[in-house]
Amino acid sequence: MQLTYNLNQKILDITLRGDGLHFDDNRTKDALLLVLDTNGLTGIRIEAAELGRWDSTILALLFDIARSASRRGLSPEYRNLPDNLSRLLKLALTVNRKPDTGTDEKLSFLEKIGAKGIAVYAALAKGLSFLRQTSASVGRFLRGSAIMRHVDFLFALEDCSYKAVGIVSLVSFMVGLILAFVGAVQLKTFGAQIYVASLVAIGMTRIMGAIMVGIIMAGRTGASYAATIGTMQVNEEIDALKTMGFSIEDFLILPRITALTLTIPLLTLLADFMGILGGAAVGVGMLGISAAEYWHYSVDALNMTNFLVGLFHGLVFGIIISLCGCYYGVNCGRDADSVGKATTRAVVSAIVWMIVATGFITLIFEVLGI
Amino acid sequence: MTQQPVINVRNLTIAYGDFVLLKNIAFQVRKGDIFVIMGGSGCGKSSLLRVLTGLTPAASGSITIDGINFAAATPENKEKIMHRCGILYQSGALFSSMTLAENIALPLRQYTNYSDRLIRELTELKLALVGLRGFGEFYPSEISGGMKKRAGLARALALDPEIVYFDEPSAGLDPISSRLLDDLILDINQSLGTTIVLVTHELASIFNIGTDSIFLDASLKGISATGNPKELLKNPPNDQIRQFLTRGDK
Ligand SMILES: Nc1ncnc2c1ncn2[C@@H]1O[C@H](COP(=O)(O)OP(=O)(O)O)[C@@H](O)[C@H]1O
Ligand SMILES: [Mg+2]
Repeated sequence: MQLTYNLNQKILDITLRGDGLHFDDNRTKDALLLVLDTNGLTGIRIEAAELGRWDSTILALLFDIARSASRRGLSPEYRNLPDNLSRLLKLALTVNRKPDTGTDEKLSFLEKIGAKGIAVYAALAKGLSFLRQTSASVGRFLRGSAIMRHVDFLFALEDCSYKAVGIVSLVSFMVGLILAFVGAVQLKTFGAQIYVASLVAIGMTRIMGAIMVGIIMAGRTGASYAATIGTMQVNEEIDALKTMGFSIEDFLILPRITALTLTIPLLTLLADFMGILGGAAVGVGMLGISAAEYWHYSVDALNMTNFLVGLFHGLVFGIIISLCGCYYGVNCGRDADSVGKATTRAVVSAIVWMIVATGFITLIFEVLGI
Repeated sequence: MTQQPVINVRNLTIAYGDFVLLKNIAFQVRKGDIFVIMGGSGCGKSSLLRVLTGLTPAASGSITIDGINFAAATPENKEKIMHRCGILYQSGALFSSMTLAENIALPLRQYTNYSDRLIRELTELKLALVGLRGFGEFYPSEISGGMKKRAGLARALALDPEIVYFDEPSAGLDPISSRLLDDLILDINQSLGTTIVLVTHELASIFNIGTDSIFLDASLKGISATGNPKELLKNPPNDQIRQFLTRGDK
């Protein structure tokens, strides 16, 4: 298409000729806009008698010209504009019913810090209120007055019990193997490789079993809690539950927390056992320790305290993972994207809180001498 | 308005496995028509749209769009035809991780080699056409249902399609928004000559803007009436259609 223009006594004449399909000539447009900027322009005329076929690109051009003109208080005069083109142009130029909400003001540095502080405070308050309501729900459960559907509990239990056995076994077997390997290299220099058995037994039962189960379950079950509840939020199912007067905590969160908190200690037991087995594979298979000897040293090293400390960790991790999963699920946004974000946050925060909790527990047990 | 058919459906059968939904149906959509597909819930209107837009294959039969057999077309030809069609889904189906402007720019970036500036101008234009000027930087989660539908329409119009399909555009809209959407459909139909295929239950829309229609009947697994909706109301061919068009008046 050919676009020509001519400025004559403060009146701009624009002529469109030929077929205007896929009109994408930025140089002409820039030049035209420059002329439109001329001071004291009093009128714009657009002649389209010879315009052939056209598409949205021409409409976009006219739309642009009209908007630049209106910024100068002018409105172009159209001549021989095809009927349908002028109708569309009018439609596009119809003022919005809603005025522009131009609240994109710049904040000063102090205001930004303030806003951040308020946001952090709000997040903390939200988290604490979630904790309070969930504890209340657990309290109701212990008193037997919570409305939890047993089917939900069983479904949750199924998902985090035997379905997780395979991956937990595999990973903790490998961790036991690795512990034994790393330990053996050091112990061998003292000719003390027999203590690999004690190392693995103590390491797995006291902490490594629980940590491995925690990480696996955060990625597996915590993520699935956040995704499921988040999708329910997107589908407005949570709104429906609330308006029907159900307590979200009783209905959605309680079954998940109880299921995971019950199963993680059991999975920890399994991980302990598999880890010791992995250690034995190295000890017996590679270091030439006899099976009976390995068994003897392992049992010798095992004691109830380490065992219980491990299980206690598992219990705490179960609570943390299910709380994080449910919290980010319930606070999920309303679109597909936010479900993804909620899932990521649930897993990352669960792992971070587990590490923090481990630090605290270790410190407290140290002080108590356990 | 020419009488040449843009969509020609012959002997079309739609089935899910053994469950036959529509059997051997045939109809034509002429260029520039606003073609309404009516029928009770579950009679297969959405399924028919899915077949017409190539989302699911038909069990048998042929669909020709502009003389090209859609069902038997090569993938490239199929894609070419698809570019000439726009679709507005029930909920707008905007991509939630993109702003409205990015949603509309997406097909332009993908299927044209327009400059960034032209794409931006076109995006602004399409938003303005559907009455959403200045909303380009909003995310779908930040706007109302009616606005989502209009934004979905803007995206459907991005490539200047010749045919636009609508699946129950007024579902979930208040009467005023629904009326505005009707006006918009009519405007686009009249000024761009776009052929519109519309699934709707909204009687007001059917009579206001429909120029041709078919009425699907689940018990017949086929079409029980065709023609201009106003004519159908004047001379209903059977009782079911009269009841549908008069909201069950006896
Ligand atoms: N993917 C599918 N698989 C099996 N049956 C389906 C599928 N989608 C729809 N149906 C069935 O086809 C029928 C028609 O559905 P649909 O086309 O959505 O009807 P309408 O849009 O007219 O309400 C319904 O009975 C529905 O159960
Ligand atoms: Mg439907």
